[in-house]
Amino acid sequence: MRGAVRPLRGGAAMAAVAEDCVGQVVLPGDVLLLPAHLDEEGERLRLGDGAAPRGRLLCGPGLRRCAGGLLVIKCGLLRQRQASGGAAAGGAYWVDSQQKRYVPVKGDHVIGIVTGKAGDVFKVDVGGSEQASLPYLAFEGATKRNRPNVQVGDLIYGQFLVANKDVEPEMVCIDSNGRSSGMGIIGQDGFLFKVSLGLIRKLLAPKCEIIQELSQLYPFELVLGMNGRIWVKAKTVQQTLIIVNILEACEYMTAEQRKQALAKLSGN
Amino acid sequence: FMQRGLDSQSKKELEEEEKKIINDEHWYLDLPDLKEKESFIIEERSFKLCEDLLYGRMSFKGFNPEIEKLMIQMNSRCKQEEIEVDDKMEADVSDEEMARRYETLVGTVGKKFLRKRDQRVLQDEDEDGNSNTRPSKKAKKKFLKPQD
Repeated sequence: MRGAVRPLRGGAAMAAVAEDCVGQVVLPGDVLLLPAHLDEEGERLRLGDGAAPRGRLLCGPGLRRCAGGLLVIKCGLLRQRQASGGAAAGGAYWVDSQQKRYVPVKGDHVIGIVTGKAGDVFKVDVGGSEQASLPYLAFEGATKRNRPNVQVGDLIYGQFLVANKDVEPEMVCIDSNGRSSGMGIIGQDGFLFKVSLGLIRKLLAPKCEIIQELSQLYPFELVLGMNGRIWVKAKTVQQTLIIVNILEACEYMTAEQRKQALAKLSGN
Repeated sequence: FMQRGLDSQSKKELEEEEKKIINDEHWYLDLPDLKEKESFIIEERSFKLCEDLLYGRMSFKGFNPEIEKLMIQMNSRCKQEEIEVDDKMEADVSDEEMARRYETLVGTVGKKFLRKRDQRVLQDEDEDGNSNTRPSKKAKKKFLKPQD
């Protein structure tokens, strides 16, 4: 992680303006002050002015709101997305931190392993502190008489419906329209392995070089779960293992090393 | 506490005591009103909204054609921020023709449900509109007595 190293400070947490810290390392306890114009925006909006709600700020993972600004609760790099026009409401700040342990978050798409059936629900292991429950009616085209064919040990790609710290997480395999849109039981064969959460986010970024370079190699299928699990399937076992090794190693390789490795492979 | 044989007086005394206790213990919030500035910051714990991540299922070089179709669909949806892609199918009937047809349709179907009086008025309007040369309205047809 690259970031400007700040001088050592005393025990008290520093308060800094949020925009200055973008791209720098922030530690838990830091207070990020939001620009003062937000207060004015607030009053203007209350007066009923037709100004666009630029004040609507998205406070992402690793940040919490507090009096006067945002409180950092995870260590990492502070990232920002600028306020853009259109449907995206205002800018967003979040902390880009690295971890291996997944905490269920509502709306995340994850790969789970079915560990058992309990009445009307399946118990699915998603890598969190508790197993998620997946009702059997939460599949596309499932009715009480037409049950989905899910066995213990199957892989499921679904999203979280409910995910609090107080409650057991619940998963479903349909979206809000009732269609499966790619979720459900993941097919036979293939290889499942675990990586860190930061790599998953890197791979899911809109223009990911790793994925683009890999896609030139062989035809294969890939499922990425936000809980750190990746499932790969290619035509032969050897190809599958090659892709697995590259994905595991690319977290710590530089771009050139990766290109060399892939060049060797495509030469073979 | 639920004593049946109590006199009405002692009941009243008990009630008064209860009320006193409740009034003493009645809690009220002493906090100052929270300001509403905080409604502008939305907290959320998902990376997806912050970073515009792609859809998790991918397929390359035609390994799984359904997933490749899905990829195109989902990613274009994400990029357009969930604005529905208007799949303008080639309509059999063009918009203008449709508008023309509908215009006439409304008139004809509407006439069906008019009462008799309104129908006559409508007819007169049409006639007036069509030909201005007609001098006067048609006289009401009176009952002609049959001549012997």
